[in-house]
Formats: sequence, structure tokens, C-alpha cells
Amino acid sequence: MLYREVGDFKTTYRSDGQTFPIAFDRWRYYIVLLVAFCVVPFIINDYWTNAVLLPFLIYAIAAIGLNILTGYCGQVSLGTGGFMAVGAYSCYKLMTGFPDLNILFCVLLSGLITALVGMLFGLPSLRIKGFYLAVATLAAQFFLVWLFNKVAWFYNYSASGQINAPERTLLGYKITGAETSAPVTYLFCLVLVVFLAIIARNLTRGHLGRSWMAIRDMDIAAEIIGVNPLKAKLTAFGISSFYIGVAGALLFAVYLGAVEVGEVFGIQKSFLVLFMVIIGGLGSIFGSFAGAAFMVLLPVLLKNVLVGSLGWPTDIATHLEFAIVGLLIVVFLILEPHGLAQLWRIIKEKLRLWPFPH
Amino acid sequence: MNAIAPEAYTTEDGRKIGGVVMEMKNITLRFGGVTAIKDISFDIREGEVRAIIGPNGAGKSSMLNVINGFYHPQEGEVWFRGEKRGPMKPYEIARQGIARTFQNIALFKGMSTLDNIMTGRLTKMKSGILSQAIWKGPAEREEIEQREKAERIIDFLEIQSIRKAPVGSLPYGLQKRVELGRALVAEPELLLLDEPMAGMNVEEKEDMSRFILDVNDEFGTTIALIEHDMGVVMDISDRVVVMDYGAKIGDGTPDEVRSNQKVIDAYLGVAHD
Repeated sequence: MLYREVGDFKTTYRSDGQTFPIAFDRWRYYIVLLVAFCVVPFIINDYWTNAVLLPFLIYAIAAIGLNILTGYCGQVSLGTGGFMAVGAYSCYKLMTGFPDLNILFCVLLSGLITALVGMLFGLPSLRIKGFYLAVATLAAQFFLVWLFNKVAWFYNYSASGQINAPERTLLGYKITGAETSAPVTYLFCLVLVVFLAIIARNLTRGHLGRSWMAIRDMDIAAEIIGVNPLKAKLTAFGISSFYIGVAGALLFAVYLGAVEVGEVFGIQKSFLVLFMVIIGGLGSIFGSFAGAAFMVLLPVLLKNVLVGSLGWPTDIATHLEFAIVGLLIVVFLILEPHGLAQLWRIIKEKLRLWPFPH
Repeated sequence: MNAIAPEAYTTEDGRKIGGVVMEMKNITLRFGGVTAIKDISFDIREGEVRAIIGPNGAGKSSMLNVINGFYHPQEGEVWFRGEKRGPMKPYEIARQGIARTFQNIALFKGMSTLDNIMTGRLTKMKSGILSQAIWKGPAEREEIEQREKAERIIDFLEIQSIRKAPVGSLPYGLQKRVELGRALVAEPELLLLDEPMAGMNVEEKEDMSRFILDVNDEFGTTIALIEHDMGVVMDISDRVVVMDYGAKIGDGTPDEVRSNQKVIDAYLGVAHD
């Protein structure tokens, strides 16, 4: 009833292969885009941007990146925080080294640099799998954080060891620095998110995506069919790291403005993004958004309810928040191991027939 | 060694059998102290259905793994299309036109039937990362071209109705058929089937035999298969290699093999007096 696909026939392979084959889905997608671009920028304030929207958008990019690697290609990575740090520090060095370089290019170039670093650390994946690979990427995490702490060149020998984003503008609007306006930074991130999400979708539906999934599902059969495992795994590491690097650059330059590497890009960041991907749904672009929204919104919501409505002391609320988030993750994984994306699929399946289930 | 003349000939049912496509020369394969294959030579000719039979543990699957480059024999040579094969990776051999199915179904469980079959076309797809990222244009055009090829195989195997279904949820017989489709869609010159009918009931076996013969007939694909069901093997194959304990004990037409005393002994046992 609500969810009609009756009469929605496909007569070409092109229309059958589109991202939202059901007209209803397609319209909903356009409406979400319209609202995100044309309504949200005019009604948001600083609180909403900084507490919810910016982190959601930036983590969505990181989650898509990790989802390409872990969800599509089946290679577990615990190095996300380290790769985000590569993106952030590349962006910082590019911004300070080339003051005339457009901020958009800085961000994208940081992604490319991270892609190269990611491919380098992805090399062990050709020999080792599963938990052992996770441990190898964990080594990348600790090594990269140590590197950015130890080598003063990366933070331009500043006394505090911090990196601070200088002010940069795009088309006359301030994107980074002290006095940015909420709608501008929001739109900047939103454009990147939409652009990168569409690219991720295109890559995962084509033959590259299929070679990743083949490696994930059964690597021996994939190789015998003609998938070059070296190429499939390294492209997954490279493209995944590109996304994660862009997310790291945005987190540093646009969202935080100042970063101390151990604090911001530590192992907890790797786990945060991994949780987003697992809760959202492995192997799903929509799941990356859902997971990012869940992990960003939940603490905000809990804080508002516990401190704002119930009037609890902040410290108790903070600790309780950890407990509740942890508990929810466990419960979630037991009840729906395939994540929010699977839940969404089940709901859609039910809605196809509702209210007449026969 | 072979009773059949080296030149091309036509079978009784009118199929053309050409020259030798693949030749195994004195293959020996060892795993540590175990010799899985002992000095075996045989050839596969263009357009024929070649069966490899033998009791459990005879080394049949190892033989297929040698053919598609998953195992590298310690001794012996593999010749494909008149060229001696150097050390190659399995994916390079796949690109030469050798496809296979597995004894235990090795489908990509997280993907739909269509995606599994489309994965079989991977070796034919060329668009680069950038054009795939943009999608509109060359990548989409290539995808649609390949989709048409995949749909032809889907029609051929009569699996249209499960096109979008995740393969993990399909019944066994259909999974086997999808796997055959995945190998077939690569338009291989040589198709290796490792027990395509294992665990099937009579009806499914009949279906599968029909598909194998149709593949051979319509696409002219050379087929090498391992099978345990003697009835099926004798019915559908042109020539049969018999292996026992890693050694070749017989080679020839089904009739020749059937009357070979060594083969009878291996299958029925021999009285020790």
C-alpha cells in the first residue's frame, strides 16, 4: 500500500541497474537531497552544526571508507584512526606549505596521500587474513600516531605539538579558521559527502566492487575465476584510505580546527568508525550513513535526556552514556548482526505487502 | 598411447572433435611425502567431453587443480593450445580461457545470482577505476553489454526467476547450476567441472547432464569433468581417463574403459588368492 512497486516494470538493463530501482525510493532520495541542500542550511544554528551535523557528515565519509574495505572487500582494519591522522596532517602540511592552494584541493590531495599510505599498509593483506591482518593494521595505527607525535616537521615545530588550521576561503566564504558560519561549513561537507557517496556506490556496483565482494566471500574461487587478489585488495585499501583521509582532513580542518594527534586520532577513533560500520551494516553505503548517525546522535540524545531533562550531574551522565552505548551495541549485534541496513531492508520488505500480507 | 587418431573427426551424433587443446605430460604432484599424482599423461581435445574417473582419493581433484594452476606439479609439463605453460597464477590461467566449478559449491554467498554470474565476466571487463567512479558513459555501457551476455547464460540455464535472489538461500541443485553459469559466462575454451552432480537426485542429475551436453553442443566448449556416477559418465563423455592411487590405469572411449580389466579391478575390487 504505502510502498508501491506494482506496475514499476523495467524494460532496459540500464533502468534495472540504477541505484534506486523503485520509483518510491528514488523520490524519497531526491526529497532527502532537496531538504539537505535547500532547507537545512537556513534553519541550522551553531549547536546543531557542531554537535550533530558536521560530525555525522564527516564520520559518514570515514564509515563509507571503512565499509569499502571491511564490508565490501572483507579486510578487517583497525588502522582507521591512524589513516585519518594521515589525512589531517597531510591537509595541515598542504595548507601551511602552499597557502594559495584551494582548500578543496587540499582536502582531496590529503585523501590521495592517505590512499598511498593505506596501500602501503595494505600490502600485508596479501599474505595474512582475518585477525592477523587486524593486528597488522593495529600496528599501522600505533606507528602513525607515534610518527606524528615524534617527528616535529609534521606539526611545523609548534611548541604545543598541536596543529591548527589556518583560515581558508572558498568562493569568498570562510571554510576553515576561527569565524566560520554554520551553513557554509555544513554545505561544504555535505557536497563532499554526496559526491563521495555517489562515487562509492558507482565503484561498488561495477566490476571492481564485484571483485572486492568475490574476494570477501571466497578468495580462492575469486582467484580461479580471474580476480587478481593483489589488485583487488590494494584498490580496496587505496580507495578506502582515500575516503578515510578526506574524513580526517575535514575533521581537523573544518570541524575541530586544532588537533593533538594522540587525543583525536587514537585507537578509540578506529573502534568508533568500526562500530559505525558494524552497526550500520557491512557492505552497504546506506548502512554507513545509518551507523554514523547512530553513533553520533546517540550520545547527544542521551546527554540531552539525562542532563537536560532529568537534571543529572554531567559526570554521572557521561559515564552512564558509555555504559548505555556499549550495551546498545551488544544488544544490537545479538539481535541484528547485519546492522541497521538489514533492519531497513526488512522493513521495506514488510511494507511492500502491508497492510494486506497475502 | 591413445587409440584415437590425432586428426579431427566427427562423432556419431555429429559433433566435431578437433585437435589437442590441452596436454598433460608426465605430471607428478607431491605433498610432502604423499604422491597425489604419479607420472600421468593425457590430453584433452577440442570440443570433446573428457571425463576423469576413479575411486575416492585417486587424485582427480588434484589433477583439475593442476590444470587450472592452483597446484604446481613437481615434475611434468602442461601444454595449453600448443604452448608450454610457465609458472602462472590461477587468475592468469583463468584469463587464458579455463574456467571451473568446485566439488563443494564455491559461490559468493553474499551476492545475488546475477552478481555471481556477472563476476564470471570479470576477465572481459576493462573500464578503469575513474570511469567506474563516474559510471555514466563507458563504464555503464560496458556493464550493460556484459549484462546482456550474463542474461543469455541465465536464460540458457533457466534461472531467470532467481536472478536477484541471494545465492546463499537457494537450494543445492540451483546453486550448482548458478556455479555452472558463473564458469560458463566467461566463455571458456576449456571448462572444468569437479563433480557437477555430487549429492543430486536423479532428476537434478538428468537436468545437469542435459546442460553439460547442451553447453558442449551449443557453445562448442571443451569439457573436462570428474564424476562418480558411472552411468552418467559413460553416457555423456567421449573419452575417459581412469585414475587409481594417483596413477593412470585406463584411458579411452567409455566402451574401452568399461572392458579394461584394471578398471574393473579398481572399482569392484580384486580377489586375492
